[in-house]
Amino acid sequence: MSGPAPTYGGAVVTARDLPEALALRAQFPEAVVLAGGTDLMVMMEAGQLRPGRVLNLWGCAGLRTISEDGGHFGALATWTDVARHPAVHPALRECARTVGALQIQNRGTVGGNIVNASPAGDSLPLWLALDAVFEVASLRGARRIAAADFWVGYRRTALAPDELLTGVTVAPAGADAVLYRKVGTRLAQAISKVVVGARIRQVEGTVTEARIALGSVGPVPLRARRVEALLVERGLDPDAADAVVDDIAPIDDVRSTAVWRRQVAQRVLRRWLVEQRAFSARNARQ
Amino acid sequence: MKNIGIGVPRGDGVAKVTGKAIYVDDLHPDGCWHGATVRASCAHARIVKIERDPAFDWTDVVIVTARDIPGENVIALITDDQPCLADGVVRHVEEAVALVAAPERERALDAARHVRITYEPLPVLIDPEQSIGSPIRIYGENNVFKQITIRRGDPPTVGRVVRGVYHVGHQEQLYLEPQGMIASARTDAGLTLIGSLQCPYYVLKALKRLLGHDRVNVVQATTGGGFGGKEDYPSMIAAHAALLCLKAGRPVKMIYRRDEDIRATTKRHPARVSIESLVAPDGRLLSWKADILMDGGAYNTLSPVVISRGLLHATGPYACPHVELSGAVVATHSPPNGAFRGFGAPQTLFAAERHMDRIARELGRSPLEIRRLNLYRDGDVTVTGQTLYDVGGAAVLEEALAAAEAPLPAVAAQPGEGGASWRSGRGLALAFHGCGFTGNGEAWLKGKAALELRDSKLHILTGATEIGQGAETIFTQIVAEELGISLDRVEVARHDTAEVPDSGPTVASRTTMVVGAVVQETARRMRAALQAETGSTSRDFDTLLAARTVDSPLRTDHTYEPDPNLVWDEHRYSGDAYPTFGWSCGIVDLDVDEDTGVVRYRRFVSATDVGRAINPVLAIGQLEGGALQALGWATLEEVVRDDVGRVRSDRVTTYIIPTSVDSPQMVTRLVEIPYAGGPFGAKGIGEIPMDGPAAAVAAAIEEALGVVLDRLPMTPERVVAEMNVALSERSF
Repeated sequence: MSGPAPTYGGAVVTARDLPEALALRAQFPEAVVLAGGTDLMVMMEAGQLRPGRVLNLWGCAGLRTISEDGGHFGALATWTDVARHPAVHPALRECARTVGALQIQNRGTVGGNIVNASPAGDSLPLWLALDAVFEVASLRGARRIAAADFWVGYRRTALAPDELLTGVTVAPAGADAVLYRKVGTRLAQAISKVVVGARIRQVEGTVTEARIALGSVGPVPLRARRVEALLVERGLDPDAADAVVDDIAPIDDVRSTAVWRRQVAQRVLRRWLVEQRAFSARNARQ
Repeated sequence: MKNIGIGVPRGDGVAKVTGKAIYVDDLHPDGCWHGATVRASCAHARIVKIERDPAFDWTDVVIVTARDIPGENVIALITDDQPCLADGVVRHVEEAVALVAAPERERALDAARHVRITYEPLPVLIDPEQSIGSPIRIYGENNVFKQITIRRGDPPTVGRVVRGVYHVGHQEQLYLEPQGMIASARTDAGLTLIGSLQCPYYVLKALKRLLGHDRVNVVQATTGGGFGGKEDYPSMIAAHAALLCLKAGRPVKMIYRRDEDIRATTKRHPARVSIESLVAPDGRLLSWKADILMDGGAYNTLSPVVISRGLLHATGPYACPHVELSGAVVATHSPPNGAFRGFGAPQTLFAAERHMDRIARELGRSPLEIRRLNLYRDGDVTVTGQTLYDVGGAAVLEEALAAAEAPLPAVAAQPGEGGASWRSGRGLALAFHGCGFTGNGEAWLKGKAALELRDSKLHILTGATEIGQGAETIFTQIVAEELGISLDRVEVARHDTAEVPDSGPTVASRTTMVVGAVVQETARRMRAALQAETGSTSRDFDTLLAARTVDSPLRTDHTYEPDPNLVWDEHRYSGDAYPTFGWSCGIVDLDVDEDTGVVRYRRFVSATDVGRAINPVLAIGQLEGGALQALGWATLEEVVRDDVGRVRSDRVTTYIIPTSVDSPQMVTRLVEIPYAGGPFGAKGIGEIPMDGPAAAVAAAIEEALGVVLDRLPMTPERVVAEMNVALSERSF
């Protein structure tokens, strides 16, 4: 008895560095891009995707680095890289440790999560909250896209067919309060049912900037603009969380219900705002 | 004892953890093709025609329909209502209508997509509550697969009435290895089936009817879990592989994809249990009436036995002078439900334990006190009139309570948890579980085993299979102990129906207790045979071997002899329902996030009466694995279906089972109250860990949040919904 296990029947082109990757991307705009493969393999196994050609970027080591100050991420930085980097913002490091499980974190990449554009993508609300800027490139040149402009529809991004995401920059969050919260059904290997990334900047007790972003509550990761406006207008008022139900558009699906998602989004935000208000009050007394 | 009560390493362990074990998909017979199944897209319809897509290249593809079946179009089990391939009408989504085989798996799957079936829709019945008396006929006169009523004692005239209704959902077995089978031709124009399965002789019986002859043998490959899911379904996939093999004239392999496996194969029966009890002011049970409805799906499969076992456990482990139980398992146009660890008992025991909590709540007494007061003791009589002996109920309760006094493990903060607001709760539940087949089942089965002495080694011949539970290691220990020899001199023969006798199915917590006892007797007979042959009276095995003058193989056989004192009346449902019962108590400590309803398990303490632990490490492994499976059913595992019964949570990312980080600290105590009919006193333990934990979880959530949950699974969505209901009731 002998015989091989079934193998992938399509073509694979592999890039070793960015110039090669951009050239191959220009040549094969229809190819499906493979970074860590943690989403791709699942979709292929499920029969949801049968790519004729795969552009493999995994070997482009130059795209894997994270800057010393923790503010710039190569698109191929893995979640393990993010979790282990001492200068990366703690909320991002925490987020990294919620992705899949250890094996997934070793392969899954920052860029893959962003470009896969799942509304449930674990990191996406956090990039919105941190005002991240995505660096994209093609043979035609490079450009920058704000996170808020990147996800343009259900699983659709602002990338042109010949473009690749090359890196991400986040501005220093300084003393801003930052929240990362992932609510899944289990503790590992869980796809988020509600995911929240939020950041509030206060200057002398006044909220000057609020970023409240959520995932799994609409076709794209989105910002809760009403809540943000209320926080800037009223300061750290937990009631501002109630407005989130008008900012989001959750649905009933196989994972959860719209009712639960709305209620959880509101409660998670409210609890965080109550905590932040108490924290601010303590700081003000000291 | 040198080999009993010792956690010897399992014989199959190294091969499994090093990847050397050969599963069915690791086999590649020469010239083997791959099979795929064309499944029904509607729940109830007449098949108008089956056609090939003319645009598809059908070279090197064979197609099989019901017309290709040489014998009867039936999957023989309890009744003959389930066809191997739908003929003229489909009765549930995912029912197999046609089969294809091709040289490669992808091509077979492609071809299956290009078989076009035209349907004429017929009325659909999905809700089991609407089944009995529905004008939409699925089975028999009134859509009832089996109805059972049991009564005992006279109804009391006084007492406080406590009523409750409890619901449990489907559960998917989610064995790691999906269903798989290879059929290949024998030189005598018969067939050999090799596959992932629990019960080789069930498959054999079904194949003989399908083929119309008995030139067939069934071999168990290394099996990656079963939990009941590989009790009856392997007969179906084996039948399909056999038909394709005949048509293609070459070996055919069928391996289900995970999504197909989840959508098409059997699940735990969902159930509704309504209980009305009368209690004395002190909490003593005076009357217990339960009405049980289970959804059997479109075909009978094992449903009559599932409702029977469900009913026989529907009082919980409590004595009550007046009991009336009625249960029905009914037909719907859903994929058939079947065997799953516990087999009806987890459903009714969840209801019984929640009802005990309800009684405590309504009487303002502690759930523990109510249980202590009513728990079965030696000499108590069950609903069927069985007098109980070797009762471990009180012992496991006190043992678990003592173990739960240890401080709880510290909570490790989890990433992404943010400002979660955890509320803590503790819940307790008891369970009992009848070991072995019900009533005269074992007498009817006549489980056989044999022992063969060959080349100074002993070979155990049994149809009882290793499905991860450690059966082979246990059998080896029993023989080694009985003959006073080392374990490495005992081997378990390959499970091929051409070579091993029918030991009965590997189900019903019977393998160690029943088949183990048969194996033990074959070893005793081996010694007696050697003594007879040599004329020696020595009991020492090596002395007897040395005294032999011939070197020919020696074989001893034995058939199970049930305790002659056990009496069972199948028609009146009275007498000794089981040879003995196992007993268990579980205490769960958990935290539940009041914002999201997410449950996090801290610790699960259990004490279980196992009779005698042949191998304590394997026993604890069974008990902890079963408990985790029950905790998953309690809060995570939801079979989400659409309105025609199609499973939408058909992948491991949508059908959520616990991972290692979701597991609580497990504290597992073994209590040993021996059963004289089991080998060295062993009782069956395969199913009992599934019975109690879900009710304990419901009680713990109730303590933490003050909401009463009587429906499984208690997903975060359901917990929050119940909190909302409780809040709105409070504000009015």
